[in-house]
Amino acid sequence: MSKKNPEYDFKWCPGCGDFGVRRALEFAMIDRLEETGLPIENNVVVAGIGCSGNLVHLLEGSQPYGFHGIHGRSLPISMGVKMGRPDLNVVVVAGDGDFLSIGGEHIAPQAARNLNICAVVMDNGVYGLTKGQSSPTTKLGVVTSSTPFGKMENEADPLELYLTLGVSFIASGFSGNPRQLAGLIKEGMNHQGFSMVHVQSPCVTYNDTYELLKGKPKEGIEPLVWDIPEDHEPNDKAAAYNLIQKRGLPIGVIYKDESRPSLDQRIEDIWSKAKEQTAQQLIDAYEF
Amino acid sequence: MQMRDFVVRFAGEGGQGVVTSAEGLAQASTQVGYHALTYATFPSQIMGGPTWTQARISDQPILSAGDDVDVLVAFNREAYETHASEVREGGVIIYNSDDKEFENFSPTDGSKSFGLPIDELARSTGNNRSANMVVMGALAHLVNMPQEYLDDFVDSRFSRGRANDDEIIASNKQAMTLGRNHTSESGLSLGDLAPPKKPENKQLMIKGNDALCLGAVAAGLNFYIGYPISPATTILIWMERNLVGPGKFAYQVSSEIESITGLLGGGFAGRKAMTATAGPGFSLMSEGLGLAWMSEIPLVVVDVQRGGPATGLPTKTEQSDLFSCMYPAHGDVRLPVIAVGTVEEAFQGAIWALNWAERYQGPVILMTEMAIAERVQNITKPDLADFKIENRKVYEGTNGYHRYEGFELSPMPIPGNPGAYVANGSEHDEMGDTTHLPERHIQMTERRFSKLNLLKDGFFESENTESRIAVMSWGGSKGPSQEAYAQLRDQGLDISWYYTMFLNPLPPKLLEELQSKDLVIVPELNYQGQFSSILRSEGVKAKSITQYTGLPFKVRHLVQHISEMAQASEKATVR
Ligand SMILES: Cc1ncc(C[n+]2csc(CCOP(=O)(O)OP(=O)(O)O)c2C)c(N)n1
Ligand code: SF4
Ligand SMILES: [Mg+2]
Repeated sequence: MSKKNPEYDFKWCPGCGDFGVRRALEFAMIDRLEETGLPIENNVVVAGIGCSGNLVHLLEGSQPYGFHGIHGRSLPISMGVKMGRPDLNVVVVAGDGDFLSIGGEHIAPQAARNLNICAVVMDNGVYGLTKGQSSPTTKLGVVTSSTPFGKMENEADPLELYLTLGVSFIASGFSGNPRQLAGLIKEGMNHQGFSMVHVQSPCVTYNDTYELLKGKPKEGIEPLVWDIPEDHEPNDKAAAYNLIQKRGLPIGVIYKDESRPSLDQRIEDIWSKAKEQTAQQLIDAYEF
Repeated sequence: MQMRDFVVRFAGEGGQGVVTSAEGLAQASTQVGYHALTYATFPSQIMGGPTWTQARISDQPILSAGDDVDVLVAFNREAYETHASEVREGGVIIYNSDDKEFENFSPTDGSKSFGLPIDELARSTGNNRSANMVVMGALAHLVNMPQEYLDDFVDSRFSRGRANDDEIIASNKQAMTLGRNHTSESGLSLGDLAPPKKPENKQLMIKGNDALCLGAVAAGLNFYIGYPISPATTILIWMERNLVGPGKFAYQVSSEIESITGLLGGGFAGRKAMTATAGPGFSLMSEGLGLAWMSEIPLVVVDVQRGGPATGLPTKTEQSDLFSCMYPAHGDVRLPVIAVGTVEEAFQGAIWALNWAERYQGPVILMTEMAIAERVQNITKPDLADFKIENRKVYEGTNGYHRYEGFELSPMPIPGNPGAYVANGSEHDEMGDTTHLPERHIQMTERRFSKLNLLKDGFFESENTESRIAVMSWGGSKGPSQEAYAQLRDQGLDISWYYTMFLNPLPPKLLEELQSKDLVIVPELNYQGQFSSILRSEGVKAKSITQYTGLPFKVRHLVQHISEMAQASEKATVR
């Protein structure tokens, strides 16, 4: 929404990590406009249901197209947009619950397809919109409104999951650094294939992890996030595994496989093999 | 005795040529100018398993698969035991006496059964693959079909421009002669099939699901995704093979949830989008269909009905999804529904469904059913010039557009162009932003329902409309109902005939006429009497004749129940 809409009454809590992600996505889309000359309307932002998905209504400045659908289905909706219109830049914005829990079934097939979509997951380790239930990334033992005696499941490791499923571009980001995050999102958009940008975007109301992520250098508490060193080889899968096993949260591009064609490229190959026929020709074939 | 039509049932094990024999007979017959219709059941196993297919051949257009079996061709003992009782008085059973299971077999009803050494006769021609032709020859004898017709068929079928064409043609003709002679020795015969009257128009020989695919492509379909499920899989396969080329796309995705949400993406992005599924897959699409209604995205979902609920009867026919098709989602939703009743209508219905979706910018459900999906039939070749193809109203202005303004349809912006908005599944304002204001929910709810008024142009069939009592079937029960109606009229019963494939919204004039009747009798294949229940909610005094066997109606049963109901005004259940 380009200007204040009095009817739209959803607000992120002050300090919510999603502000930073929104800023980063705006930067990335503007950069893309400047680089490609394609208008903002060439971007489609497909949003999940959650506090995070509201980003699609809160974007400032000139507006991309948006699709705010149903819980867990942002990935297959974006799949349809991209399959139908490979010329569009398609971005998913979704929460950890939306993407990894109810929508988890769509990640593996999308990784296998390698359709050219960039998914930005805003991980706050909690269900924000429904007021604080546990999510797949909530840590074992943590008390939430739906885990009164502590969470009984182990937490998911999304980066390892993406790597194992064969996602062809994996980046890890932090909403506290929008400029850096914008760079990762842009690199994801430019990647020919499925790109995952997994963002730590704290929920200050139900799971405030800011201190943990940023640390307290003055009190000698190390930050959890650290920048991936320049000598990391993102096209080396073993190195990527090593990186994410290390303590804390590496920020930057973890893995990138540019050797695989994307599904959109493979579709074009099919056209050269298959014989296109008109409706009339197809009908004629049944005549006797 | 002259016969206008005859019905042959081929029964055996999957892989024994049951389907190819029936389709071969249908093809041979249509080639010489008869009308033919096959009715297939799937085996429930992948390899083997009992299966049967029925072919009805007639000198005039065929409406149903036929109540009675004139000839049973039993490829094995089990088929014999299972189907022998369905052969009518005076009918004939041919069994493959070469099948081990028939060793030392002496039929109890010796008079009408005879063993045909199908494999041995085929082998003696030097072409083992001519077994079908042995059977065809036998059938030709039974109905006294002139040999020249069959020769013509063999000539055209096997002239493929290969070096050994002549050899193959000769062996097939020989196989036919052997089958014919062998049968003539049995002394059995059914009568003389009336000579064919070659249809005036060009004809297609086509399966229901293929006709539906052709209709969709003729309507400009350019985006198809789906997930395999009987009896809709053949549509996916057809599309993946044929919907290719720049700007066209067909693909197998990983679930029906991906199908419907992917269609939403495709429809939003400007494509003419369709998927096909059956009961279980349709249930999974529930939430997505609500989203399509809410966000105003054109798309078509084909429901090829099979027996339900849950996994139900995957290989049997039923008409029990009408409630779920009309009301697939939570909230205030009532979707447009077109239900096809014949192979021709599968073609037309697909065009209408895509046109409607584009016109009202929303989801349309196209219903068909197992019995039509798998039916192969000759139909008049459609002329594309007879169909108007519609495309959605596209927004062509500048940025700053209010996509959901007002109480009625408005032009739809397409990504890549000015007019960006958010397609929103939450209640929204004119720009697509989420809102909870009562006046907005009122506006948007009324807007969504008002768009259905754009779909009141469906047509309907009617006959003898003066009567106080009417028969009005829907979907695949059309054929048997039509036959029953014709017989009842011949018997002098005063009754009207109505039929439409446009179940929601109903053509207004049709509804008006139905409302004026004392009784509208609705034959339908479900327990609850779903369509009559919907008609009653529209103020029509409707009562159903229900059947839930997994099989189509028999004309005989409908004749009996309709006349009983016309007299007693009672609901009837066929068992
Ligand atoms: C099918 C369905 N189930 C449940 C919900 C309720 N629901 C809305 S948002 C949400 C969880 C959101 O969590 P997350 O995706 O992590 O987003 P966040 O609010 O944390 O950004 C749930 C369970 C729903 N809208 N639809
Ligand atoms: S509840 Fe949490 S996630 Fe939602 S807006 Fe507030 S801080 Fe952000
Ligand atoms: Mg969350």
